[in-house]
Amino acid sequence: MKNDYSILIGGAAGQGSRKAALIIAKLLSSFGYQIFIYDEYQSLIRGGHSFSHIRATKGKALSHREKIDFLLALDKETIDRHAQHLDKEGIIIYNSDKASLQRKQSVAIAIDSIASEYKADKIMANTALVAGFGKTVGIDWPSLKKLFKQEFKRFQDLNLKIARASFEATEQLITIKKLNQKAKPLLTGNQAIALGAVKAGLNLYIAYPMTPATGILHCLAAKRKDLQVAVSQLENEIAVINAAIGSAYAGARTMVGSSGGGFALMTEALSLAAQSEIPIVIVESQRMSPGSGVPTYNGQGDLLFSLAAGHGDIIRFVVAPGDAEEAFYWSGKLLNLSWQYQTPSILLVDKEVSESTFSFDESLLAQVRYEKAILRQDKKKEYLRYRDTTTGISPLAFPGEKNIQVKANSYEHDQAGLTVEEGEKVAVMQAKRLRKFQAMEKAVSQMDAVNVFGDKQSDKALIAWGSTKGPAKEAAEQLGLRMVQPVVLEPFPAKAMARALAGVKKIALAETNGLAQLGEVLARFGITVDKKILKYDARPFLPEEIKRELNRF
Amino acid sequence: MAQKKIQLDTSAKKTWCPGCSNFGILATLKKVINNLHQRGTAMEDIVLVSGIGCSSKIIDYLGLNSFSSLHGRPLVSGEGIKLGNKKLTVIVLAGDGGMYNEGIAHLVHAAKRNVDITLLVHNNRNFALTTSQFTATSPQGFKGGSSPEGSVEEPLNPLALMLSAQASFIGRGYSFRLEGLEQLINKAVRHQGFSFIDILQPCITFFDTTDSYNKRVYAMEEKDLTDEKKALAKIKEWDYQDEKANIPLGIFYKQERPVYENMLLKDLSFSRGDKKINFKKILKEI
Repeated sequence: MKNDYSILIGGAAGQGSRKAALIIAKLLSSFGYQIFIYDEYQSLIRGGHSFSHIRATKGKALSHREKIDFLLALDKETIDRHAQHLDKEGIIIYNSDKASLQRKQSVAIAIDSIASEYKADKIMANTALVAGFGKTVGIDWPSLKKLFKQEFKRFQDLNLKIARASFEATEQLITIKKLNQKAKPLLTGNQAIALGAVKAGLNLYIAYPMTPATGILHCLAAKRKDLQVAVSQLENEIAVINAAIGSAYAGARTMVGSSGGGFALMTEALSLAAQSEIPIVIVESQRMSPGSGVPTYNGQGDLLFSLAAGHGDIIRFVVAPGDAEEAFYWSGKLLNLSWQYQTPSILLVDKEVSESTFSFDESLLAQVRYEKAILRQDKKKEYLRYRDTTTGISPLAFPGEKNIQVKANSYEHDQAGLTVEEGEKVAVMQAKRLRKFQAMEKAVSQMDAVNVFGDKQSDKALIAWGSTKGPAKEAAEQLGLRMVQPVVLEPFPAKAMARALAGVKKIALAETNGLAQLGEVLARFGITVDKKILKYDARPFLPEEIKRELNRF
Repeated sequence: MAQKKIQLDTSAKKTWCPGCSNFGILATLKKVINNLHQRGTAMEDIVLVSGIGCSSKIIDYLGLNSFSSLHGRPLVSGEGIKLGNKKLTVIVLAGDGGMYNEGIAHLVHAAKRNVDITLLVHNNRNFALTTSQFTATSPQGFKGGSSPEGSVEEPLNPLALMLSAQASFIGRGYSFRLEGLEQLINKAVRHQGFSFIDILQPCITFFDTTDSYNKRVYAMEEKDLTDEKKALAKIKEWDYQDEKANIPLGIFYKQERPVYENMLLKDLSFSRGDKKINFKKILKEI
């Protein structure tokens, strides 16, 4: 029985292909399939070409694939662009008001006509296409009706009439079977990041809109009361991070988010956070750069920048989750770590993780919770914000606490937080921070900082980070290779990487950038890569592409 | 019952030039803090925020909660502090270089948002700590390290900018008229909303305007404070260029407006610890 379906639905921006894809994904999710949706759209509001590529599988898939089983076309361009990738058995379901096809295995539905027959807005033609797909693959009307009712609170009757008309006009060709698996909720990486942070006690999210991080801002703003999170949009990214550092100083767990360009503006303040030892989480969702780059497309070009960002002698946690579940876990974990080590941290994701939709395992909820920071205990002892402790971690206190002064300082300072310039005092504080950096390294050594997938005995390994995890894991599993994914990238888990690569004779590396940036990092730790598979066309890897590259590896 | 006078000194050595007009502002601030204390504000609820420059050294000299931020950013740091804990009384101390040059976007937006913060700009009309270059309020013709033949730029009138940005409290003080300055800051701190005070603070080493200011400053009557047109007329009496015009001191404009953090934090309470949220329900709704 087939249990891996690939469905592409496309049209012009404004035709509702993304919404249609989400409904189809929910339908298949309710049948027990695990979902991944890749969304591709251009930097424009109306027109152009956008599409969503759904993968519905029995096991977990974290990538779309080359071959399409169902091509759902709201317009002709979708057929022109994507028909070449149809599987031999593949079916095209298309808008016969905009195109005509002679091909066998194609289903023509006059979706624009159906919408106009009911005097509905043009965008509702997408409902007709979804219903037509449902009928084609043998989904019963009650299931469809239930889903449409759930999805359309506005114009519900109209959508139901359009769906019914299309359903009646279409013939069933095949049957997609229900799986005996529980439906999992669907969420984007950005939503997962938002929820993970809230689970770890997020109080405030501050941002300036920038694709592909904007989804975090929208998600938290929409649910601010339910999640008890304040959301503030400020004048620019410099304001965002400086305000966030201010609110964290005042005791509120705060997170900010942006993409490469906005993050670049934040870097002076990242150094301030390190120097004044104020906890802050920065979500850096990469898009294809440099400059304004390809704003709505994917790339992994900011790794070295994230590791080096901020002037001065500092380190920070940098963690790169590869899917929504990891994004949820690490978003929360990183907020806790930032507070425990009083440090800036970077959650490095990319468009593929941020904006793709994933099936989410609810049991993960229990794995993230509020973890305490080290707070001032002895209320009788004089409080020193930067007390020189053996671990380098000085207990936190916040303004508003009786009988103490909390003096945080961007200048080099003494234990009380007063500005100093004397060599001896400067060195004392730098040494304290260095001890803290060692403690951060130790903390990483006790985490699951590196994931291993595929054949763990294979002497050939494929290394990938961030969203490339998905296609790399799938390729490695099919080829019988070991796949290694470093999730924590600073402090670099050198020992865990050595363990993950034990017995490996040949190493390949896949990243969506041109300079092999993880390769540079690996080289610093004595790991030599034999083959670099690099992609820099602003699209994520497909498993097939990696497999072809590894054919003779 | 009158509270005991609070001792605010710290062990930090004061590194301003001998005779610097910042000493007057420091003495005044101590009085303001004591006033606040008399009126029931707890010392631990006061936070001073500064950036970098001569003005910003002041927070080291006051035994209060403080945050030394980056050049140009203390105001937005202060906004964050109010978002993090809106009960705190936040006073931002910055220079003209930080506020009118590097961080001017934050100034405009903080005024527009009406965050409940008091901003004191120590306006010595040059970058002093970097051995004197022109700032946004230096007069045209200002001779400094970067403009030996005289700056070609005309000065900005920061009060006019604040009025157009809807600042809800706009005042000007002078570091050699300390009684008036104290009263002005007292009122600014009590004002609910964004309070802006430009403090004329002669730089006795690089740009000593003391004699000129002494001849020209006068205290305004406090009337018609909500009248924008009258405020603008007063603001325009001196354009930061003219060396003959009289210089009004006091409050130019005052208007009650809703406060940003009260609106933004409505229906929310910040707690430390696990939140009582039904995440499974949220997952369904998303």
